[in-house]
Amino acid sequence: MTRRAALSTRGAGRRSASEEGAQPMIASNDSLAAIATSRFGLGARPGELGPVAADPRGWLLAQLGRREPAPGELAGLAAGATILGEFLAARDERREARREAARDGGAAVQPLANHVREVLLPHYLAQAAARTRIALTTAAPLRERLVQFWTNHFAVSIDKPICLGTAGTLENEAIRPHVCGRFADLLRAVETHPAMVTYLDNPQSVGPNSELGARANRRRAFAAAAPGGRTGLNENLAREILELHTLGVDGGYTQADVTSFAAVLTGWSIGGGKGRYAQGAPGTFQFRAALHEPGARTVLGRRYAEAGFAQGTAVLGDLAVHPSTARHVAVKLARHFVADEPPPALVERLAHAFGASDGDLAAVYAALVGWDGAWAPAPQKFKTPAEFVYSALRAVAALPKEPKALLAGFEVLGQRHYSPGSPAGWPDRAQDWDGADALMKRIEWSVALADRVGESHSALATLEATLGPLAGEHTRSALSRAASGSQALALYFMSPEFQRR
Amino acid sequence: MTSRRDFLRIGLGCGAALGAGALPGVSFAAPAGGEPRLVVVILRGALDGLSAVPPYGDGDYAAARGPLAIARPGAAHGALDLDGFFGLHPALPGLHERWRARELLVVHAAASPYRERSHFDGQNVLENGGDRPSGAASGWLNRALGALPPPPAPGLALGQNVPLILRGPAPVGSWAPSLLPEVEPDLVARLRDLYSNDTTLAARLDEAARIGALADADGAGDPAAQRQMARAGNGARLRAIAEAAGRMLAAAAGPRVAVMDAGGWDTHAGEGGADGQLAGRLRMLDEALSALRAGLADAWAQSAVLVCTEFGRTVEANGTRGTDHGTGAAALLLGGAVAGGRVLADWPGLAPRHRHEGRDLRPTTDLRAVAKGLLAEQLRVPTRALGAVFPDSDRVQPLAGLVRG
Repeated sequence: MTRRAALSTRGAGRRSASEEGAQPMIASNDSLAAIATSRFGLGARPGELGPVAADPRGWLLAQLGRREPAPGELAGLAAGATILGEFLAARDERREARREAARDGGAAVQPLANHVREVLLPHYLAQAAARTRIALTTAAPLRERLVQFWTNHFAVSIDKPICLGTAGTLENEAIRPHVCGRFADLLRAVETHPAMVTYLDNPQSVGPNSELGARANRRRAFAAAAPGGRTGLNENLAREILELHTLGVDGGYTQADVTSFAAVLTGWSIGGGKGRYAQGAPGTFQFRAALHEPGARTVLGRRYAEAGFAQGTAVLGDLAVHPSTARHVAVKLARHFVADEPPPALVERLAHAFGASDGDLAAVYAALVGWDGAWAPAPQKFKTPAEFVYSALRAVAALPKEPKALLAGFEVLGQRHYSPGSPAGWPDRAQDWDGADALMKRIEWSVALADRVGESHSALATLEATLGPLAGEHTRSALSRAASGSQALALYFMSPEFQRR
Repeated sequence: MTSRRDFLRIGLGCGAALGAGALPGVSFAAPAGGEPRLVVVILRGALDGLSAVPPYGDGDYAAARGPLAIARPGAAHGALDLDGFFGLHPALPGLHERWRARELLVVHAAASPYRERSHFDGQNVLENGGDRPSGAASGWLNRALGALPPPPAPGLALGQNVPLILRGPAPVGSWAPSLLPEVEPDLVARLRDLYSNDTTLAARLDEAARIGALADADGAGDPAAQRQMARAGNGARLRAIAEAAGRMLAAAAGPRVAVMDAGGWDTHAGEGGADGQLAGRLRMLDEALSALRAGLADAWAQSAVLVCTEFGRTVEANGTRGTDHGTGAAALLLGGAVAGGRVLADWPGLAPRHRHEGRDLRPTTDLRAVAKGLLAEQLRVPTRALGAVFPDSDRVQPLAGLVRG
């Protein structure tokens, strides 16, 4: 599916809208604009619908340029490698101090938690605040939604303390530059980012027959020290690349493939260290040959000759264009944008676009935007907490200054930035987010926001400026009967139309 | 000793007449304190059962576990002894007390029917109650609620949202402490009207109002208390939520079935032994279970708590002093209603030749047998309904005698 073909279907949404007949409205470019901003974007800001209505699909496609400058909000954020390097230095210092203290009975050593709180937490807050500001103000909300989609696909969660300062840097350094590029480049950038290799425990994964592994295991055998606990592989990164990042859990790999791929990936590590194994700047990604398990490996039936770092990139390159990867990515994108149980025809279309273009993501997105069914007026997706917070703040053009206020909604509604809690990322179906208590929390937060922006916003004007023709009569009349302006606004945020996209 | 297959195996057939299961489906107008409660605690990330419940008596244990091995009872930082073969991790003193009160039953070498090693599919099978990932869109605990002839109060998920195990047609609520002030009743009434054409949101709103009233009645709804709870660190928060859950379960109009979950068990690197990463999580769990018991108060006597995880971890430590995804795991059953003081394990042994695929603890008990037994004896789900609760499980007989007769 080429971009030209996608563009040639313009206007089809109008047809499907009138056939749908679910909403008493003339399917105009106004409703297509509301769908473009709500379903594909992050929710309309006041004044946005008008310009978008001139060409809703064109507005989306124009956001998918291969290279765009990084958003200005990111200026001044520290690099992931720097943050990680400082963390590792602090950890080493403390270990050393503790050793000395044990030897000489020195003063108490500050726990590492202090570094986490005093150094890493401010980095995290700055990254999360920058991410929120971008989402609230961007003129390219589809692109931003895609950035966050991929950050969630390649999830790194801050509940692992070493990742608190770096989870956001994965998004800014590895994902943003490739969000509309080739999947193979995106994949490689992510798997060679210090945040990912540390999150999935790869720096300590050592080939048992590598230079360092053989030495360590020899020493241990001679010393007849603790049995078991040989220096060796850690499967975490290899498994999650296969299961979550590329092929998908049913993508056709076995435990033997996981083990073999883990051996291939030994040496994918980070810089720093002391003595003979010192290498590279602390915190940067480094291939450490001394940790790499030598030899040819078979992964998914293909043999990869020993080639050091290149052995791993060769496997990644093949995984990136594997048909199972195309399908996995297609299902996730279709689920994210169109429906919890995505239509098979759409999945097929996206997987084909992926395969035909060797994983050119802009071509896949164009195939999505060009699919008529994606423009049905009836919303299929229940907003996640983050989507709800973005769209509500955008609807009233709110941009809290203090990071705390900027981030409160995500915390209260249970979707703190970069904290999905597992490498699978946040779930993307209504059933994962529509609990009774979750709804009550949304109501509470809506009231707080409506009280803050107060009577300055007419709820009905906000409705017209953001969902326009997608909002039904029942909701309009509830708003017009509300006891106060702020109550009307809270009702709007909580209306069925605004809760979905 | 490399293999010990002679562990207690309670009779599968003889328990049908045990306990209240003898009168399936009969409504009992007992006072609130007398109704059975069931809590399921899901440990997400795959708990290392060989550390939580170390089989220190297995001659292969110390060698296979290396730096992760828990020392024998009596040694420094040693296991808390259970039965001379199994012990509890030293960070679980509260559970050990329950053991001594004969209120803790351990099922070891247990697993769901899932035999791959994906957390997310593993949790899906654990919760959907079938034999494959995504086999059912609803959870077994929800279907069990639906199978009870006089439907009990809606189930309760502790958290904003409902995990798969409790999703389905039977009504369920959810609760988590809030940082924000309570909503005016007038707005709730207007929202009820706004949702009059939206059955999903309308049902959620009603359920939220009901649970909110319950939490208020019991003190957990107090805004200051909630804010404190919501802001507490992981351990304190889990403890506070567990205690609030216990109080709601104890209330006359409260739920009779609840689900909690806790993450952080995926110990691939630096797992630790008697101290360290896993020990910290276990201590947190131990304290949360004690808080749950405190919240339940008198109702503890009628309660059963099942603690389970999606799968176990490798028998041997990996190259980074942690463990990778495995198969056989340990499950815990505790409560005043539990016929405890026993370890149920058809122990497969830890030597490589006894392992699943040469690496994992071989599962010898199907977790569905435990769950079926609990549902039959504790919740009194009619035996004939268990097939629909756990589809494709005809060959898995309910374990009998889990609950005191």
